[in-house]
Amino acid sequence: MFENLTYLTLQQYWWVIIAVLGAILVFMLFVQGGQTLIYTLGKTELQRKIIINALGRKWDLTFTTLVTFGGAAFASFPLFYATSFGGAYWVWMIILFAFIFQAVSYEYRTKPNNFFGSKTYEIFLYINGLIGTVLIGTAVGSFFTGSEFYINDFNSSFWESPYRGLELAFNFARFGTYINLSLGFAIFFLSRVLASMYFMNSIDEEEILKRAKAQVLKNAIPFLIFFLFFLFSILMIDGFAYNPATGFVSLEEHKYLHNLIEMPIVGIVFVLGVIMVLMGIVRGYFFYEKCASKAIWISGLGTILTVFALLLISGLNNTCFYPSIYDLQSSLTIQNSSSSEYTLTAMSYVSLIIPFVIAYIWYAWKSLNNKKITAQEMEDDTHAY
Amino acid sequence: MENFDLALVDWSRAQFALTAMYHWIFVPLTLGTSFIIAIMMSIYVKTGEEIWKRITKFWLTLFGINFAIGVATGIILEFQFGTNWSNYSWFVGDIFGAPLAIEGILAFFLESTFIAILFFGWGRVSKKFHLVSAWLVAIGSNLSALWILVANAWMQAPVGMTFNPDTARNEMVNFWDIILSPTAVNKFLHTITSAYVLSAIFVVGVSAWFLLKNRRVIFAKKSMLVGATFGLLGALFMLMTGDESARQVFKDQPMKFASMEGLYDGEANAPLVVIGFMQKAPTKANPKMVDFAFKIEVPNLLSYMAALNPNAFVPGINDLVNGNEEHGIVSYYEKIKQGKIAITALRSYKDAKKLGNEAVAAAELVKFRDNYKYFGFGYYNDPHNLIPNVPLVFYAFHTMVGLGMLFLLIFILVLFYLFKKNIVKARWLNYIALWAIPLAYIAQQAGWMVAEFGRQPWVVQDLMTTLSAVSNINHQSVITTFVIFAITFTLLLIAEIKIMLTQIVTESKIKED
Repeated sequence: MFENLTYLTLQQYWWVIIAVLGAILVFMLFVQGGQTLIYTLGKTELQRKIIINALGRKWDLTFTTLVTFGGAAFASFPLFYATSFGGAYWVWMIILFAFIFQAVSYEYRTKPNNFFGSKTYEIFLYINGLIGTVLIGTAVGSFFTGSEFYINDFNSSFWESPYRGLELAFNFARFGTYINLSLGFAIFFLSRVLASMYFMNSIDEEEILKRAKAQVLKNAIPFLIFFLFFLFSILMIDGFAYNPATGFVSLEEHKYLHNLIEMPIVGIVFVLGVIMVLMGIVRGYFFYEKCASKAIWISGLGTILTVFALLLISGLNNTCFYPSIYDLQSSLTIQNSSSSEYTLTAMSYVSLIIPFVIAYIWYAWKSLNNKKITAQEMEDDTHAY
Repeated sequence: MENFDLALVDWSRAQFALTAMYHWIFVPLTLGTSFIIAIMMSIYVKTGEEIWKRITKFWLTLFGINFAIGVATGIILEFQFGTNWSNYSWFVGDIFGAPLAIEGILAFFLESTFIAILFFGWGRVSKKFHLVSAWLVAIGSNLSALWILVANAWMQAPVGMTFNPDTARNEMVNFWDIILSPTAVNKFLHTITSAYVLSAIFVVGVSAWFLLKNRRVIFAKKSMLVGATFGLLGALFMLMTGDESARQVFKDQPMKFASMEGLYDGEANAPLVVIGFMQKAPTKANPKMVDFAFKIEVPNLLSYMAALNPNAFVPGINDLVNGNEEHGIVSYYEKIKQGKIAITALRSYKDAKKLGNEAVAAAELVKFRDNYKYFGFGYYNDPHNLIPNVPLVFYAFHTMVGLGMLFLLIFILVLFYLFKKNIVKARWLNYIALWAIPLAYIAQQAGWMVAEFGRQPWVVQDLMTTLSAVSNINHQSVITTFVIFAITFTLLLIAEIKIMLTQIVTESKIKED
C-alpha cells in the first residue's frame, strides 16, 4: 500500500509521524515539570515520596519517547540528525547529560547506601526538569529561527558557530534567541502546569492537591506570556520557504502565518489545541472541586494538538524545517534531508504498529492508575522509590 | 589522510568506546535476568508458594537497580551517532536509522510500559496480567537488542544496499537482506545467549555467596536451580553461535579473523592456538621475528573452524596486506589503488554533473561503480594502517573463549551438586561460582573488544573508516565531554555497586520463614 505513494507523500507522512512523536514528547515532559515541583508541593518526607512515586511510574515512558523521537529522526531525516546533533554539539550534550542522571535518580534515591545521598538525587531530578524542558524547547525554537551551518555537495555538514549550539540560547544580540528561549520557557512552565494536573489525577493526599491547584495558576501565567510572545514572533517574522521544483530557498514574509491559513486543517487543529490547553487550566483551577482530576486529559490533549500543528507548519507547505541562516541554500527541507523512498516505504509499514503501541500504553497506564496513590500505600509498597 | 584531525578521531573513538563499554556492563544483566525473573514469577503463579514470590521480588529489585543505569548509558550511545559521527550518520543513515527507529517503536515502548507494571503491579493488577507483563519486559528488552545488533552486523558485513552518488550515501534496497543476513542472525543469537550466561552466573554467584554465609539456604538453592538451568542452556547455544560467528568473520572480515589468532603468515591445515603469549610482530624488515614466545596449538583446528575443512587455507595478515596470487587474495595495495580511483571518480562525477556534462558524468560513474567495493581503502596510503591492534584482539578473543568454556563447566557442576550432592558443603564450588561473576563481565567486554577493535579502522567494512565518519568538531570539545562522561559513568557505577551489595546483604540477613 505504501509503494503506491509518491516520494513526497512519504516524506510528508514521516514528517507527520515526527510531529506526533514530538507532540507526545512535549506532553510527557510533565514528568520533568513535576520534578521541579517536588519541594514546592511536598513539605514532608512522605509527601515528597508520594510525588516522586507518582512521577516514577511515568519517567521511563517520557525517556522512551525522547529516544524514539531521536531514532525516528535519524531514520527518516538522517541529514537533519547528522547536521543538528553533530553541529549543535553542546546543546545536545547538555540535554543528554541532564537525562543520564534522571534515569538513576528514581531508582536510587531511597535505596540505602546510595553513595550520593537522597538530596543529591532530588537535585538531579530538578536539574533534569529545568534543563530538559528549557533546552529542548530552545532547540525546537531553532526550527523557526534557523542555525548557522553549511552543507557541501557530499552532504557533509559544518557548523559555523564556534559555540556549537549554545548560541541558540545565549546569543542575545539576535532576536531569534529570544524566540528560542521563549519557547523553552513556555515548555518549562507548561510542563509544570501539566504536572500539577497529573498529580490531581493520580494522588489522593489533600495537602499536596491544594498546593498543586495553586501551582496550576502560578505557572499558567508565565506560560501564557512566553507562549504568546513566541507565537506572535513566529507569525510576524520572515519564514524559510523553498521552491519545490528547484529546491531554491528564500525568505517569505509571514511564512508561518501563511502556513496556518494555507493548511486550514492544521490551523483548526492549532486553535483547538490552544483552546483545550486553556480549558484544562480553567477547569483545573476554577472548577477544582468538580473536575480537577480530568484537567490533565484536556490540557494534555490540547498540548499534543498544539505542538503537532506547530511542527507541521515548520516543515510542510514548502517550508524549511531546519533553516540555515549562514547559508540559506543549505537549509534542510523534508525533501532534501530524508531517507530514500525505499527506506521510507519499509518504515511506513512498521509505523502501522504505532496505534497498537499507543493502545497498550493506554491500557497499561489505566490499569496502574485506576487506584490513586495514597500515603498508606507508600508504606506498604516494597518497590516504592 | 593529512586532512584529518587524528586527535579528533582518537578522542571520538575513545568516547564511543567508553560509552559502549559502560553500557555493556549493565545491558547483559538486564537481558538475561528479565527472563530469569519471568521464569521465577511463572513458578510463583503456578505453585502459589510464598517463597517464589520473595525470590522473584529480590531479583526484581536487583534488576531495577541495574536497568536504570543501562537506560541512562543507552541514550548517550544512541545520540552519539549524531553528535560525534555525523558523517557516518549521513553515509549510512538510510540503512542504520531504520533499525534504530524500529527498536524505539517496537521494543523500547514494550519494555518501558510493562516494566512499570512489573515493578508496581503487585496488588494493583491481576496476577496473570502481572505475569504477562514480566514476559513482555523480557521480550521487549531482547527485541531492543535485536535491532541494534542488526545495525551493528550490517556495519561488519554490509548487504542489501547500493551507493547513490547524487546523495553521496548508501541506500537500502532490500530490508530483508539486512535483517536476515547470517551475520545479523548470528550476532544477535551469540550476543543474547552470552548475556543469558552472564545473568545466570550472576544469579548463581550471588546465591553461592548466600550458601557460603549459610543464610537463606532454601531461597538460595531455588534461585541457583533456575539460574544454572537457564545458564546451561544459554551456554550451549552460545558455543554453537560463537562457532558459526567465527565462520562469518572468516568470510567477511579475514583481517579480524587473522588478528584473533595472531596469524601473520597464512597456511593450509592451520592449527588453532589454544594458549599463547605474543611478542613483537614480524615486520617487513625483520620477517623472521617470532610472533609467539610460547604457544599450545591444536593441529588443523583453525582451518576446520574457518571453513569446516581441516585442510583449508587460512590467510594471515601478511597475505592480506601483500596479496597472495596462489589463493586469489587481492593485496591491500591494490585495494588502496582502487579505492583512490573510486574517490576521484566520485569527485569528477559530481563536477561533471554540475557543469551539465552528462557524457563525462556517465563515464566517471562507471569507473566509480567498478571500484566502489574498496572505496574506504582510498583514504589510506600505507596498508599497515589498516591492521588492527593484533595482540589486543588476540588476547580478547582467547579470554572470551576460555571463560565461556569455564562458565559451561560451572553450570554443569552446580546442577550436579544441586541434584546429586550437598551443594552447601561444596564450598570450593561456591567460591568458584562467586568469583565467576567478575569473570563473566570480563568475558563480555572481551567479546565486544574482539568485534570492535578487530574491525578497525572500519566503521563500515571496506567502505568507511573512522577517519571519514567523524563529526567536524574541534577535538577539545570531545575531550571535555569524554572526561565528563568518564567521571559521571564511574560515579554512577560506584553508586550502583554499593546499592546492589547493600540489597544483597540485607536480603541475606532476613530470617528464613
